[in-house]
Amino acid sequence: MSLEVALRHKLGAFALDIAFSSPGGLTALFGPSGSGKTSVIDMIGGLMRPESGRISTDGRVLVDTATDTFLPAHKRRIGYVFQDARLFPHLTVRQNLTYGRRFVAGAERYGDFDETVALLGIGHLLDRRPAKLSGGEKQRIAIGRALIASPRLILMDEPLASLDDARKAEIVPFIERLRDEARVPIVYVSHSVAEVARLASDIVVLDRGRVSAAGPARDILAGLDLLPGAAGDEGGSRLLLNFARLDAQSGLSLFQSPAGNWHLPPSAHRPGDRVTVFVKASDILLATKPLEGISALNVFSGRVTALRPTRAHEILVDLDCNGDLLTARITRHSAERLGLFEGMAVQAIVKTVRLKES
Amino acid sequence: MEWLQLSPDEWTAVRLSIWVASWATAASLPFGILVAYALARWSFPGKAFLNGLVHLPLILPPVVTGYLLLLAFGRRGPLGQFFETVFGLVFSFRWTGAALAGAVMAFPLMVRAIRLSIEAVDPRLEQAAGTLGAPPAFIFATVTLPLALPGIIAGTILAFAKAMGEFGATITFVSNIPGQTQTLPSAIYTFTQVPGGDAGAMRLTLIAVAVAMAALVASEILARRVLRRMEGA
Repeated sequence: MSLEVALRHKLGAFALDIAFSSPGGLTALFGPSGSGKTSVIDMIGGLMRPESGRISTDGRVLVDTATDTFLPAHKRRIGYVFQDARLFPHLTVRQNLTYGRRFVAGAERYGDFDETVALLGIGHLLDRRPAKLSGGEKQRIAIGRALIASPRLILMDEPLASLDDARKAEIVPFIERLRDEARVPIVYVSHSVAEVARLASDIVVLDRGRVSAAGPARDILAGLDLLPGAAGDEGGSRLLLNFARLDAQSGLSLFQSPAGNWHLPPSAHRPGDRVTVFVKASDILLATKPLEGISALNVFSGRVTALRPTRAHEILVDLDCNGDLLTARITRHSAERLGLFEGMAVQAIVKTVRLKES
Repeated sequence: MEWLQLSPDEWTAVRLSIWVASWATAASLPFGILVAYALARWSFPGKAFLNGLVHLPLILPPVVTGYLLLLAFGRRGPLGQFFETVFGLVFSFRWTGAALAGAVMAFPLMVRAIRLSIEAVDPRLEQAAGTLGAPPAFIFATVTLPLALPGIIAGTILAFAKAMGEFGATITFVSNIPGQTQTLPSAIYTFTQVPGGDAGAMRLTLIAVAVAMAALVASEILARRVLRRMEGA
């Protein structure tokens, strides 16, 4: 599946002028509030008409202002999970879930009702009405409702924004599963680096109506420092770790990755569990020699693969630690003092690891 | 309690009133919903004019409305001739005319109540239904209408009560023929015009009050039931 988007539209204070394509998987539209993200997916979903532009999925034209083509929302088969769930208050949860099913021909249905209900853990809610359900429950039902309608593409507009951390933790694993089983491509709008870092396979960064960067998630996350605006301090690297064991002596959880052993706060994982972690570029220190007598537990050997100047006094250092790619942000002054060059062997000292539970 | 006993003629007036008001309400409800939806959701040229036209019977003297109906829907009126030749439907001096007069007089109340409740339906829910593949007519039937139901019930019952009590336009348009166009209010009026009619007027008045109260209570109960269902159990 592929999605091609090219749009121009006047939006209050600024003009939307964007073009991007998504190869499938989970494409995050990332940017600060008011950067035009929601307008873009409203146009993809058919809730808003662009002044000019063209949108197509797999060569099927949804909008083309040049030929005056506009497919109405109900003919697009594009699911939409709204920030505020928008469940039908007069229908039971079961009726909400099955609402879109009747509009899809049998052969094109893939969102199985029982399977989706079990996956989302909403079986006990089926006969209730939405009004008194919690935010997390409503959002899971909204995702289920979109999925059971078997869309060709799902749009999600900050589906976690109105939820607290515990509720978010209920839903994130489910979105990850959707992405990994690759049943349906997702376009995911968010202004949260943590969410995007965990979920996205591709990222399109929007800033005041324009695309300031686009590409595979790993590349974009490493380069977030280069971007203007709110995302500036949030760049970093995403890594996949395997849980090894709970270390009896230290009480810490021991994880492994190509770079080496990671010591993280104790957690309830089982051997073989894989977790995604995010390391901010500003949370890595560099040393040119192996260190002794330091408090940090997570120290890895690697090689400098690139030096990228960023703001006036800072520089981004890309590292390859036996296959794990890390990006560190240090001052130019330090880089000069250390005499960093491409191919140089260094020690990366990771101060903080943000564990993203899965 | 002897005096509470209704005479056959009085019974006829009561039955006729309920019959006329039921037809007036049922026949105008689809138009009421359509006009209310158009006023609530669409923008089109002449919207202000339509709005004014719908509300006109509320502010015009009922006699004027009745006279205009007579001009338009009388046997020689343009609309009267049209309905007679095309549908075989005659309004003048028939119960159908009483129903038409009741419907026209009750229409503004009906449209107003329904319009308010349609305006209160969150259009974002209709959008959500669209993204699930529902075509506009299906969305209207399964999302807009059910969510506007309390207002539709209120509007219907209000219209029924208004049509039941319609007097000025009815008597002007279709006169006061017992068994044909003599509804409850006309019958009460007739009683007050003859010596010794007080008991009859009082009996019919009590019935009018009872019907109005029953209608209000019924609408309250129905609307509450709908609301409770939506607030979730």
